[in-house]
Amino acid sequence: MTRADSHRAVEAVWRIESARVIATLARMVGDVGLAEELAQDALVAALEEWPRKGVPDNPGAWLTMTARHRAIDQFRRRDTYQRKLQQIGRDMELRQESAAAELDDALDDHIGDDLLRLIFTACHPELPVEGRLALTLRLLGGLSTAEIARAFLAPEPTVGQRISRAKRTLADKKIPIELPPPAELPARLASVLEVIYLIFNEGYAASSGDDWARPSLCQEAMRLGRVLAGLMPAEPEVHGLLALMEIQASRIPARTAPDGTPILLPDQDRSRWDRLLVRRGLAGLHRAEQLGTLGPYGLQAAIAACHARARTPQATDWARIAALYRLLSHLTPSPVVELNRAVAVGMAHGAERGLEIADALLDSRALRDYAHLPAVRGDLLARLGRADEAAAEFRRAAELTRNARERELFLRRAAGLD
Amino acid sequence: MRYLVTLKVTAQPDGPPPADLMEAIMKLGQEATESGALLDTSGLAPSSEGARVEISGGRLIVSDGPFAEAKEMISYALYEVRTKEEAVEWASRFVRLHRDLWPGWEGEADVLRLFGPADFAPPA
Repeated sequence: MTRADSHRAVEAVWRIESARVIATLARMVGDVGLAEELAQDALVAALEEWPRKGVPDNPGAWLTMTARHRAIDQFRRRDTYQRKLQQIGRDMELRQESAAAELDDALDDHIGDDLLRLIFTACHPELPVEGRLALTLRLLGGLSTAEIARAFLAPEPTVGQRISRAKRTLADKKIPIELPPPAELPARLASVLEVIYLIFNEGYAASSGDDWARPSLCQEAMRLGRVLAGLMPAEPEVHGLLALMEIQASRIPARTAPDGTPILLPDQDRSRWDRLLVRRGLAGLHRAEQLGTLGPYGLQAAIAACHARARTPQATDWARIAALYRLLSHLTPSPVVELNRAVAVGMAHGAERGLEIADALLDSRALRDYAHLPAVRGDLLARLGRADEAAAEFRRAAELTRNARERELFLRRAAGLD
Repeated sequence: MRYLVTLKVTAQPDGPPPADLMEAIMKLGQEATESGALLDTSGLAPSSEGARVEISGGRLIVSDGPFAEAKEMISYALYEVRTKEEAVEWASRFVRLHRDLWPGWEGEADVLRLFGPADFAPPA
């Protein structure tokens, strides 16, 4: 093995093990930032030692043990300092013993709980959203600051600051590294799911790009979703979110033309959809349905599944999609959901009915500058034979959109109607 | 990136695999699933229960197993990982279990990348 090879081998182990190592350490030292530093120190030690001596048989345990020794050193130093300060030797000895017992205990198989605690801490609502995203990718994804910066198209120092500020906030506000109490669980879980879905969408929005770093966020989000599904197997929304991401990601190979133009769902070559992801997504949705009532993510997965099951666009069960959007609208009322419902109703029950729903949104402040409102209305008007009005709507959509590719698409539709 | 890892055995002691090994394999599989890397896996029945369909000299020939090769394929695993090294690491852990828990066992795991969207230019 060359030096570069062994370096990459250590990195691979780090990616597999880092979240669990950090999670175990966080429980031992009660501080996420310190846990991560200790784990990083262990990684540096591994990079020095493994290329010479070979990768140990249980590399995760090696990393944890190495970091643990450093933690004990730190405890000792701190204890020595306190002894000098307070001159109470006996107290220190006791505390050192209990610290050692605690450390041993931490190496038992609490790993699942430790990981879950770390996820809930990284996604704590006290942190700003960017802080949550960066910290989650750093602590749970094992990504470097440079990799995160590249993925979010942000300068590296900015991301570094977000991470250190998030760690400091956790420490300053004395946020305990623990599972949320049952009463808080729904809200706290919602924050975790939101972070994972934001990571996914950040990648999905860019999945046509040349840079691997951004599309790989989709992979990372799905991986986090799978980890969470393993840790919280009884939560329907966890399976719902994973299913939603998998079904959406299944379309990545089909959603862009060679020149980068987006290909809309009805025009996609369905044979290019990733069948493994479709199958996994449908299975995950089924699990979510069996576990209880579908939440917002489960419902969105169910809608995506209607498309995934249709072999041709014509075979799409639009009536079911319209009904699911109605449920989603009840659960999370939003003009964007209503607009999607207008599309589905327009397909299922005629353009006229769809247009009624879309027209009701014309006064919505939230959609005032939203290009898709005129685009949807343009489509429905065109189907009703009102070509002039439709063309005007598409031109308005073209004015509103900030995406050059979309603008072309809308202008083409308008020109086709003139 | 997706990798298919196929496990082939070249030599193994008589008798069924030790219970310890089977338990360790289960545990590793669970670990790989929970870490989000393992998408699918299964053991394979002996090729004596399978068949081979081949084209030779323009003829299609179907023959029942067992196949004549010295190496019998006994399982496969499908991983979704970020680097080849990660797939190699999972494969190493898997074969190491065989070495440690079934003395006399010899075999090999092939780590093969599956083509993904990036490998194909979309149709013009």
